[in-house]
Amino acid sequence: MVQWTEFERNTIQDIFAKMDYEVVGPKALARCLVVYPWTQRYFAKFGNLYNAAAIMGNPLVAKHGVTVMNGLDKAVKNMDDIKGIYAELSVLHSEKLHVDPDNFRLLADCLSVVLAAQMGTAFTADVQAAFQKFLAVAVSSLCRQYH
Amino acid sequence: MSLTKKDKKVVTAFWAKIAGDADEIGSDTLSRMLTVYPQTKTYFAHWPDLSPGSAPVREHGKRVMGGVALAVANIDDIFGGLLALSERHASELRVDPANFKLLFHNFLVVLANKYPNDFTPDVHVAVDKFLAQVALALSEKYR
Repeated sequence: MVQWTEFERNTIQDIFAKMDYEVVGPKALARCLVVYPWTQRYFAKFGNLYNAAAIMGNPLVAKHGVTVMNGLDKAVKNMDDIKGIYAELSVLHSEKLHVDPDNFRLLADCLSVVLAAQMGTAFTADVQAAFQKFLAVAVSSLCRQYH
Repeated sequence: MSLTKKDKKVVTAFWAKIAGDADEIGSDTLSRMLTVYPQTKTYFAHWPDLSPGSAPVREHGKRVMGGVALAVANIDDIFGGLLALSERHASELRVDPANFKLLFHNFLVVLANKYPNDFTPDVHVAVDKFLAQVALALSEKYR
């Protein structure tokens, strides 16, 4: 089981309580599709992804960004059993969506960058470490059911 | 994933904007890397103080930014421009190349943190590509 320090728990709860999922989700996913264009392979049905402006203005990308944040929210509310809570999601990503798990890491990196931009001086090294640890656990749990 | 003309323009312009803060960026980047990826501290066991913003961290951050500046100045031939640095990393420093990714991730985080309005996705992708070339250039002489 993952061991969380009090600082890590409080930091994660605090970050997500203050976060606007409708802003961060779309920004993070759009950034991922721009910075790592091969990730667009999973969104062929999303219409215009032709350039950064199109991606950032695409309503389907925005909607899916929020979906991703709601998925992370489940982990935030169940920090002591993220593996269990994500079992179904993991099967979904593997069996139905066929997402290469390396993409989770790419999206996680973009989330860190977006949060760094949002939080300014509050995004200290220790806060960054806690946030990235949380994302690493989420990513690992999402990979768990792949076979 | 080599640099297009547009990438080089974007990187050069963005660097011009941030170069004045290079020392602080370097210190912050290194401090974050040592905190978020503690295994990187193994390369600096000889420092008296590894804490964020300490004198050795600040000094080394400066040096690293000097390397980045050199790469920007030689953006049309990064491998040529960083040849001496590559030799140094290969024969003397022998930093596992996987760590360049870790350092550069923190560099991107610092850029987003300090320049949230300027570090757009378009700038991000150009800088990320540039840093990937720098990492390759640094490990060029490894074997």
